[in-house]
Amino acid sequence: MSETVTRKLMLFFPTCECEKPIIYHLVKDYDLVVNVFRAKVTPKEEGYLVLDVTGQDTNITLALDYLRTFNITINDSGKGLTWDETRCCHCGHCVPFCPTGALSIPDPATREVTFDSDACIECLACVRVCPYNACVSTF
Amino acid sequence: MKTYEQINRKIESGTAVVMTADEIMDYVDRKGLDAAAAEVDVVTTATFGPMCSSGCTLNFGHSQPKIRMTEAWINDVPAYTGLAAVDVFLGATQLRHADPANMDYPGEFRYGGGHVIEDLVAGKTLQLFALSYGTDEYPRREIRTYFTIDDLNQAIMVNPRNCYQNYNVAINDSDTTRHTYMGQLEPNRRNANYCSAGQLSPLLNDPLYETIGIGTRIWLAGAQGHIYAEGTQHAGHCERSGNDVPMEGAGTLGLTADMKEMNAAFIRGASFRGYGVSLAVGVGIPIPILNADILKRTCVRDAEIMAPVVDYSHDYPEKTGRVLAHVSYAQLRSGEIEVEGKPVRVGSLSSYHKALEIATLLADEIRRGEFRVSEPLRKLPANRSMRPLTIRPEPS
Repeated sequence: MSETVTRKLMLFFPTCECEKPIIYHLVKDYDLVVNVFRAKVTPKEEGYLVLDVTGQDTNITLALDYLRTFNITINDSGKGLTWDETRCCHCGHCVPFCPTGALSIPDPATREVTFDSDACIECLACVRVCPYNACVSTF
Repeated sequence: MKTYEQINRKIESGTAVVMTADEIMDYVDRKGLDAAAAEVDVVTTATFGPMCSSGCTLNFGHSQPKIRMTEAWINDVPAYTGLAAVDVFLGATQLRHADPANMDYPGEFRYGGGHVIEDLVAGKTLQLFALSYGTDEYPRREIRTYFTIDDLNQAIMVNPRNCYQNYNVAINDSDTTRHTYMGQLEPNRRNANYCSAGQLSPLLNDPLYETIGIGTRIWLAGAQGHIYAEGTQHAGHCERSGNDVPMEGAGTLGLTADMKEMNAAFIRGASFRGYGVSLAVGVGIPIPILNADILKRTCVRDAEIMAPVVDYSHDYPEKTGRVLAHVSYAQLRSGEIEVEGKPVRVGSLSSYHKALEIATLLADEIRRGEFRVSEPLRKLPANRSMRPLTIRPEPS
């Protein structure tokens, strides 16, 4: 029995693959729980999907093999939202806009803003409000 | 009692006792006011935040043949050329040529005057494009070239209004999102934004302008500069609480320093969706502890500094003067305030973290004997009020 894990995947696909019910197969054939954060699926254009898949480790590996049979670029390591510490001025404007507390001020004495990428759900609220362009979306 | 000269002698000999405004509060509580006043020579204050009334004068030197620039763009951002031949003034809020602004509301304002200033200080290469009508002694009509700050004869920051003594807390009383220079304001008072370093801020530590005046040497983004004038809209005559600390905007400072000596970590272009571009400026000001009263005022705490909560959907634009509440900076920093019985989440536009860094850097420079305190040449006006702009339909 392999372990249940969650992995974040970014799938970039060219025009031709938009028609295929990829999510359906991930759920049905590989017994994965799918949570889509961001998606752009427009016919006749390039698209992307950012999703969490939760399930048996072995099933995720098999699902990745299945995905690789398409003309899809799979990124299972990167993040769709990056916080550039050198751009951040630690004002804290973003903090009340961040719904999960990924951006926070843990120490009231130094009032330094920190970013917990694991807690980030890529809602992009910070991208819209940061005056210094410290929060940047990959897409 | 100490004099400026005595304090400077201690600074030069490397024996001055210097603390930040963040450290001094607890120190005076432990030591007692009089003992601490005898011991401490300088308290450093600082602030870092967007300050729209900022800019710089640049001198490019002469090309061959010469040009008298009548229109100029730096990285496509227009600079003011109504000065001598190759002098320009660049303002922080200037938009880039052809920026759609708010035509697609809310506009993004990704690059403008503030960003050019940041890029200059960071040593990046920028493009100058300038036009002229041509004259006998300045025949060139067009120039396009690339330059860095090192190529300029002068790059002098001139900020007509920095370091607002206190500031509004912005809130949105309407039912739609508002995009302001105070950041994004969610409808129905769902959030509030403030912009002050509070207990660390220069003019909140010298509320009656006893040591901070015209001519005072300051730390401006890492360079040693000066207060060249009262800031625009300086209004020392205002509502004050029992500790003399203003409960509204009040005093401001006009600052200048050489940009070639600045550190880009403390001068940052800023983009406010739906509003425009600006420049975040880091300022440090030392307060010489001439007597116990001056020291006492530097011990002001966030809990004792009150800011007005103002609606930016109607009251601010329509200039109604309505204040919804007064809240302390201690409440603001907790992340939540209460306005008319309801909790409101709070964010900040001013960086206390950067301000602390500046106050510490300045304290170190003074301890090393590299930064002396200076007596003002002239006091800031104490009793000036802010005048409105009255619209007169006829000349009078």
